Amino acid sequence: MKIDHAVPLEYSTEENKNRIFGFWVFLGAEIVMFSTLFAVYFTLWNRTGNGPTAKEIFEIGPVLIETFLLLTSSFTIGLAINSMRQGLMKATMGFFAVTLLLGLGFLGVEIIEFVTYVNEGATLQTNAFMSSLFTLLGLHGAHVTLGLVWGGGLMLQMKREGFTPDTANKSFIFSLYWHFLDVVWIFIFSFVYLKGLM
Amino acid sequence: MKWDEFFVTGEPMIYGAMVSIVIVSIAIVAGLTYFKKWGYLWREWLTTVDHKKIGIMYIISALIMLFRGGVDGLLMRAQLAVPENGLLDSQHYNEIFTTHGVIMILFMAMPFIIGLMNVVVPLQIGARDVAFPRLNAVSFWLFFAGAMLFNISFVIGGSPDAGWTAYFPLSSIEFSPTVGNNYYSIALQISGLGTLMTGVNFIVTILKMRAPGMTLMRMPMFTWSILVTSVIIVFAFPVLTIALLLMMLDRQFGSQFFTMANGGMDMLWANLFWVWGHPEVYIVILPAFGIFSEVISTFSRKNLYGYKSMVFSMVIISLLSFVVWAHHFYTMGHGAMVNGVFSVTTMAIAIPTGIKIFNWLFTMHKGRIEFTTPMLYALGFIPIFTIGGVTGVMLAMASADYQYHNTMFLVAHFHYVLIPGTVFGVLAGMYYWFPKLFGFRLNDKQGKLAFWIIVISFNVTFLPLFALGLNGMTRRMYTYSAETGFGLLNLIASIGAVGLAIGFAVLVYNIYWSFRYAPRETNGDPWNARTLEWSTPSPIPHYNFARMPEIKERDAFWFAKKSGKSLYTEEYSDIHMPNNSGQPFVLGVIFMIFGFFMVFNWWVGAVIGAIGIFVMMIIRSFERDHGHYIPVKEVVATEQRLRGEQV
Ligand code: HEM
Ligand SMILES: [Cu+2]
Repeated sequence: MKIDHAVPLEYSTEENKNRIFGFWVFLGAEIVMFSTLFAVYFTLWNRTGNGPTAKEIFEIGPVLIETFLLLTSSFTIGLAINSMRQGLMKATMGFFAVTLLLGLGFLGVEIIEFVTYVNEGATLQTNAFMSSLFTLLGLHGAHVTLGLVWGGGLMLQMKREGFTPDTANKSFIFSLYWHFLDVVWIFIFSFVYLKGLM
Repeated sequence: MKWDEFFVTGEPMIYGAMVSIVIVSIAIVAGLTYFKKWGYLWREWLTTVDHKKIGIMYIISALIMLFRGGVDGLLMRAQLAVPENGLLDSQHYNEIFTTHGVIMILFMAMPFIIGLMNVVVPLQIGARDVAFPRLNAVSFWLFFAGAMLFNISFVIGGSPDAGWTAYFPLSSIEFSPTVGNNYYSIALQISGLGTLMTGVNFIVTILKMRAPGMTLMRMPMFTWSILVTSVIIVFAFPVLTIALLLMMLDRQFGSQFFTMANGGMDMLWANLFWVWGHPEVYIVILPAFGIFSEVISTFSRKNLYGYKSMVFSMVIISLLSFVVWAHHFYTMGHGAMVNGVFSVTTMAIAIPTGIKIFNWLFTMHKGRIEFTTPMLYALGFIPIFTIGGVTGVMLAMASADYQYHNTMFLVAHFHYVLIPGTVFGVLAGMYYWFPKLFGFRLNDKQGKLAFWIIVISFNVTFLPLFALGLNGMTRRMYTYSAETGFGLLNLIASIGAVGLAIGFAVLVYNIYWSFRYAPRETNGDPWNARTLEWSTPSPIPHYNFARMPEIKERDAFWFAKKSGKSLYTEEYSDIHMPNNSGQPFVLGVIFMIFGFFMVFNWWVGAVIGAIGIFVMMIIRSFERDHGHYIPVKEVVATEQRLRGEQV
C-alpha cells in the first residue's frame, strides 16, 4: 500500500480514492431512491381516503427541533473532519460524539412524533398518504439509526488505531453520508412539512 | 401458515421437482465428500474475490437458470400446443409464466451479462481486478441468495402468480393470498441490492482503473457498453428497490400504496415498475451490443466502423430508456397527449439503434469475414433483432397498440428482441472469451450445429405468434377453444420450442465435450484478436497482467502485433492482490435465511437474520485486510511457465 503524503490522509492511497469516489456514486443511487419516495409521496399526499390529512396531524414545533438538531449535527461532523485533518484526536472525538448525540436527539423527537401520530389514529395502515409519509420518514430515520451505529463504530476504531489512512477514509465517507442525510431532511422539511402545513 | 400449506402438494410435477432437488443435493454432497473436494470448493470458489472466478460462477448460475426458465417455457408451450389442453390448470399456468419471465430476465439474462463483464472488463482495461473485489463477491452471493430463494418458492409455499410485472391489484394480498408474491418482492430485493453494488463497482473500476494511456475514447466497445449499463443500473435499480419495498409493506404490513381504497393507487405500481423495467431491457441489451461490436470487428479483421457514433448512440439510448416507460400501458387510460409523447420518445430509440446496426454492417463491408460460432451469433442477431425492432415500432404507436396490446403479438415481439439481443449476445460472448478463461476453444463444428438448430427453431417458435396475436389470441391465456382456430399455429410454435430445447442440449454437450477433448491453446490469442485481454497468456494467471501495458491507441494489441513492438516495457515487480474471504458467502447465506423468514412473516427468525446481517457489517468494518504481495520471483516463474518461453 503506497501512501501519498501530499494529500489529506483520507485520500492518501489509491484504494482510498476509489472508495470515496465509489461512495459518491452510491450516493447517486441513494438520491434516486429518495427521489422515488418523494415522487410517491407527492402522488399520494392528497389521497387521504377517510383518514387524516397532512394539515390535521403536522405540528411545527417538533419539526423545528428536529431540523435544528440535524442541521447542527451536519455542522459538527464538518468540524470533526476538520480537526481530523489537523491531527487533533481529542477534538475529533469530541465533535464526533456531539454529532452522534445530536443525531440521537433527532431520532428521539422523531420517535415521539411517530407515537403521537399513532395515538391520533394515523398509522401506516390508515391511508395512502400516511403510508407514504411513514415510509419516507421511516427510511430517513433508518438511515440515521444506521449512521449512529456506524459512527459509534468508527469512534472506537479511531480510538484504537489513531488516524490511519483507513480510519481517516472511513470517517470522511461517514461525513459524506451524514451530510447527505441532512440534505434529504431539508427536502423533507420544505416539501413535506411546510407544504403540508400550508 | 399451517404445515400442510408449507409444502406445495398435489401435483405430480411438484413431487417430481422435490424428489429431483433432494436427489441432486444428495448427489452433490456425496460427490464432494467422496472426491474430498470440500476444501477445494471453499478455497478456490466460495471464498474467491477473483473477478474471473466470480464471473464464471455467475455464468454457470445463469446457464442453470436458463434451463429452469426454459423448462417453464416448454411447459407453457406444451399446454398451449393443442386447444383445451388439461396439462396445467390456470393457477399453475399463471405461476409458470410469472417465474419464467422473472427468471429469464433477472436470474438468467442479467447474471449472464454480469458474469461476462466480470470476466472481461478488468482484462480489457488492463486492471488486476475490479475496484472493490470483496464487494464484488458480496454482489454475487446476494444475487445467488435471491435466485435460490426465488426458486424454492416452487415447492415451498407456492410461486408468484401475477406475471413478471406483478401488477396491482392482481398481486395484492387480497387477490394473491399465497406467499408467492412475498417471494417476488423479497428475492428480487436481495438480488437487486447485489446488482446495484455491481453497478457502483464497475463505474469506479472503468473510470479509475484503466491502464496508463487508455483514454475513454480508446476503450474497447464492450467496456464502453458496460460503463453505460452500469450507469443505467445505478439510476434504475433504486426505483425497483423502492417499488419492491412498498409492495412488501402493502402485502405484509397492511400499508395502502397500491390498494383500491383509502387513497391507494394501483397505477403507481405500473409506473414505478416500468420506470425501472424499461431501462432494465437496455441493461440486458446494451452489453450484448458491446459483445457484437467486439466479435464483428475481430472476425472481419477490421477496426469498428464509426466508433464515436457507437458510443454516442449508446449514451443517447441510455438517456431515452428513462423516458419511455409509459409505452407499457398505453391502454390503461392516460390521455392522448401523454400517450403521444411516450410514443414519440419510444420511436426515437430506433434511430441510435439503427445507427449501430449500420455501423456493424459497414464494419463487415470489405472485411475478411471468418464465420466462427461467435460471428454466426452476431450475424444471426442482425436480421432477427431488426424484425423485433420493427414490430417494436408498430407497438410504439399508441393508437395501434389498442389492437395488439397484451396479445401474442407482443409476446413474439419481445422474444424477437430479447433472444437475439441478449441470449445470442451472451452465447457469442461465451464462445468468444471461453479460451481466455480455460485455455481451449469450444468445438466450432458442434457450436455451429447448435447455432443453426437454435436460430431455426427460434423462428419456428415465435414467428407464428405474430399471426396468432393479430388474430386476437391474448397473452397469458392458459387455454383456448378449438373454434378459435389457434390450434395449428400453436402446434407449430410448440414444435419449435422442442427444437430450441434440443439446440441448447447440443450447446451444453459442446461444453462437456470440449472440456474433455478440445486441444489446449498455447499462445493466448486464438482468434488473432484486437483488444488487451488477448495479450495475456491463457488460461490467465490470477493477477491478469504481470506488467502494466502502455496504451497509445485504440485496439492497441492489434497495432502492437502489426508493428512487432511489445505493449509491455516496464520491469517486473511485486504484485499486490486482495485476500480471499469467506464473509461474502456467509453474508449471502444469512440473507437467504433472513429472506425466507420474511416471506413467511416469521418475525422472530427475521429479526435474528437482520441482526446477523448487521453483525457481519460490523465485523467487516473492524477488520483490517490489506491483501498480500506476490513476489516478483513467483511472477516471473508463472509467466515463464504459461508463455512457455524466456521472459
Ligand atoms: C427458450 C425458449 C423460450 C420459450 C419457449 C418461451 C416461451 C414463452 C411463453 C409461451 C410465454 C408466455 C406467453 C403467455 O402465455 O403469455 C413467455 C413469456 C415471457 N417470456 Fe419467454 N420463452 C423463451 C425464452 C425467453 C427468454 C430468453 C426471455 C428473456 C430473456 C423470455 C422472457 C419472457 C417474458 C418476460 C415473458 C412474459 C412473462 C409474463 O407474461 O409475465 N423468454 N415465454
Ligand atoms: Cu419499454
